[in-house]
Amino acid sequence: MNDTLMLGGREFHSRFILGSGKYSLKLIEAAVRDAGAELITLAVRRANTREQENILDYIPKGVTLLPNTSGARNAEEAVRIARLARELGCGDFVKVEIMRDSKYLLPDNAETVRATELLAREGFVVLPYMYPDLYTARALADAGAAAVMPLASPIGSNKGLATRDFIQILIDEIDLPIIVDAGIGRPSQACEAMEMGAAAIMANTALATAGDLPLMAAAFRQAIEAGRKAYLSGPGRVLSRGAAPSDPLTGFLRD
Amino acid sequence: MENRFLVDSEFLSPQALARKHQLETDPSSRKSHMEYLPGMEQLHSDVRDKVIGQMESYDPARYTARDVRAALDHETCSVEDFKALLSPAAEPFLEEMAARARLETSRHFGNTVYLFTPLYIANYCENYCVYCGFNCYNHIQRMKLDMAQIEHEMQVIADSGMEEILILTGESRAQSDVEYIGEACKLARKYFRMVGLEIYPVNTDEYRYLHQCGADYVTVFQETYDADKYETLHLMGHKRVWPYRFDAQERALRGGMRGVAFSALLGLSDFRKDALASALHLYYLQRKYPHAEMSLSCPRLRPIVNNDKISPLDVGERQLCQVLCAYRIFLPFAGITVSSRESERFRNGIVRIAATKVSAGVSTGIGDHERKYTGKEGDGAQGDEQFEIDDSRSFDQMYRDMESEGLQPVLNDYLYV
Repeated sequence: MNDTLMLGGREFHSRFILGSGKYSLKLIEAAVRDAGAELITLAVRRANTREQENILDYIPKGVTLLPNTSGARNAEEAVRIARLARELGCGDFVKVEIMRDSKYLLPDNAETVRATELLAREGFVVLPYMYPDLYTARALADAGAAAVMPLASPIGSNKGLATRDFIQILIDEIDLPIIVDAGIGRPSQACEAMEMGAAAIMANTALATAGDLPLMAAAFRQAIEAGRKAYLSGPGRVLSRGAAPSDPLTGFLRD
Repeated sequence: MENRFLVDSEFLSPQALARKHQLETDPSSRKSHMEYLPGMEQLHSDVRDKVIGQMESYDPARYTARDVRAALDHETCSVEDFKALLSPAAEPFLEEMAARARLETSRHFGNTVYLFTPLYIANYCENYCVYCGFNCYNHIQRMKLDMAQIEHEMQVIADSGMEEILILTGESRAQSDVEYIGEACKLARKYFRMVGLEIYPVNTDEYRYLHQCGADYVTVFQETYDADKYETLHLMGHKRVWPYRFDAQERALRGGMRGVAFSALLGLSDFRKDALASALHLYYLQRKYPHAEMSLSCPRLRPIVNNDKISPLDVGERQLCQVLCAYRIFLPFAGITVSSRESERFRNGIVRIAATKVSAGVSTGIGDHERKYTGKEGDGAQGDEQFEIDDSRSFDQMYRDMESEGLQPVLNDYLYV
């Protein structure tokens, strides 16, 4: 079965997007390998410009860079950071992150829609990080986003699918890949999101806080693959109450 | 026990000495520390009343092991929980606090640690702050770098690999005015990705000008949040105006700075109350300016030129560690900087628990980076240092040491946009 993820006209076999900002550069190569990742995020503000250790030197060939706009507080700043990423040779993919709250780092949906529109117009493949809200997701789709990246729970929390029902609505209603980003802390949570129909999972802290980072990367890979297969197979229903009798309760009716 | 701060220099004139003694012994000879001087902008902010109200009602002795236990069991640390964690009752829980702090640090910052270095460009000062090496009655080698000298220092530092710089001056508007500092910021933007300032507090429009010159982060230490104690330590000069200093971070944010840093100088007054006020100063300003980045420092008193007896008194390493763990648990998102005032051993330990930023390649003197970095004797004069540092590791050494602690050194985390 050829089940690939299409983003910006590019085909990806992996549905695991790796974050890179919370662990040692030296671990990136092993993480990418064991995660089987083909997309890795990169904070432009973190990229070194000098000969000191440069994150770009640690990213294996063949992996697509997904520069993010972290540090941006409004759409204009995000646009400037995205252009800088392009100039640095990071390609046309950009993950829009606009936070105006230093405590929870929650995305500002309104500014994110504006930035997405501006960047899509400039030919970027825009993947906006957002709080899962249906109207915003529709506006992002209209603005030209290549995917929508709703958060599962507060970033760094490892709490899993706190916004499960709202992500499900986006999966059901939006004709773009829904990539679950932020808050996924365990492979089981990633698997659950994939079973729901998410197109991909992004994680960073879950790996950074694991005892054995490459091993956790491998666990995520397997969980995401398992969840995807389950989704494709059409999972059986779950009943929240009661049970389903094998003989119909109304079998006694005669007409 | 109190520190013995007062030292008479044999180089002072009889008139200067008489004035100094009058300031020290006769409180009525000192200007009011609560009255603004001409030209000082007054904000009408609610933050100060909130912080000082909490600090004044805080009685650290009132908290028990039970309060500390409850604080550690809560998922979100309230102001009351934070007060318990700062209290003496929390001392037996230090290891557990460290474990919790470490968890919060890794959640928010992963295993990264930021490196920066300070650059003192002038040590002239118009104030008499009794504990500071730069105070105007202390006989030290004074110096102010010109733009060519500043650029040379910056080149030497940038060549070491550093990408973030903190520009400092003594507190003298006459000798190092805002334009002079602004020109230094413009130079710094050529060599560094991130430029911070630790200078005398200025007005909002001046912070806006400095931001346009390239500065993006402002650090102001309140020294002590106890205004009455402050009055007895800052005897003369514009720095004596306590409320103007308190509002500096808020003016900086209104002037467009991306972030601000706070601290008391631990050892001047009741350190638990000062730690509480420092963190609450950040906490309330963050609620008011949620977009701003914020960080805490934790300087302890150090010996200075002409007075090697100054010490942080009751703030030992265990107490400092307790304060930093409490900061981290209460404010998991805040940066925490630990300077070279602390020892190599302490800094290697604390970055694994709570600190997110350390300085390296530090000089608190003026114009001596080339000698310190390359061993080459500079041809110019040098200015004396503000205080004695403890950890003198170079940038390269610090980078390697942080890596061997299992941490990823980060040289820059900002974009000036």
